[in-house]
Amino acid sequence: MPTTEEVFEKVKEALVDALGVEDDEVTPDATMVGDLGAESIDFLDIVFKLEKAFGINIPREELFPDDILTNSQYVDNGKVNAEGIAELKKRLPWADLSKFEQNPRVQDFGNLLTVKDLCSYVENKLNTQ
Amino acid sequence: MRWFWIDRFEKFIATQEAVAVKNVTLSDEPLDGYLPGLPHYPHTLIIEGMAQTGGILLSQIDEFRSKVVLAKVGKAEFQRPAYPGDQLRLTATLVNRQPDGGIVEGRVEVNGEHQADLNLTFAILDDSFGKESFFLPADFCRVLRSLRLFDVGIYPDGSPIAIPDHMLEAEREAIQALERAVLPS
Repeated sequence: MPTTEEVFEKVKEALVDALGVEDDEVTPDATMVGDLGAESIDFLDIVFKLEKAFGINIPREELFPDDILTNSQYVDNGKVNAEGIAELKKRLPWADLSKFEQNPRVQDFGNLLTVKDLCSYVENKLNTQ
Repeated sequence: MRWFWIDRFEKFIATQEAVAVKNVTLSDEPLDGYLPGLPHYPHTLIIEGMAQTGGILLSQIDEFRSKVVLAKVGKAEFQRPAYPGDQLRLTATLVNRQPDGGIVEGRVEVNGEHQADLNLTFAILDDSFGKESFFLPADFCRVLRSLRLFDVGIYPDGSPIAIPDHMLEAEREAIQALERAVLPS
């Protein structure tokens, strides 16, 4: 099982390769969209590179819970409701949603994911394999 | 000017791999003007040729209905130029496919010599970009026939790729419309 540092290094390598960013830009707290400039199509590439690097299968909905964010049961007036937050926490146990919970606008969700979150997801995945 | 940067398919295995060839000729309009005095085939057009090869490989999966666009060039490394008289052999391998896109790894050879390595990401556009296809099915079918896709195309089990019914139907309708327009009633 790779260590936390090894996971970070491999995730960093995938992000540098997929996004054309510099090594030192990929810090644990960097957000994928805001800081590293990832666009939606980049995630296809990133997911593929992570699957290859770690030998894991990444179902899209585990990283991108679009089905929750577009479900009227979980969203009121553009904001995720309490039921939706509970569902997101269940789906993304590796993500830190504390900031998002303060003002859970659906449109902000895309910029939530950090490098640290991605590493936690991969580690979680490796542990449960 | 027609935007075809491959001449024909030589191999096409659905969901896996497509090989196309492109014969470089001085009568290709961009060659002479791209770098006057040193006519060679622009690398950007080699990328476009691979995008056409890989994009068709991806769009065949749903019988050429989806709107496939080149979204990202992840890698484009060239080892040597291609000159008039050369033949490019473009091999596109579909390494990943998702509902909203796919990734193709490409290798190009010139007269058997390694020429380029490419990595292309394609997006499959949903209906929010419009419900209409990019191409009229009858026109697209004609292009695919010209590229000899249906002559060489097979599924992984070896069975041939047939022309999809919706394209044949569109061709029939186009022919009937033409007949109505030119033949006396």
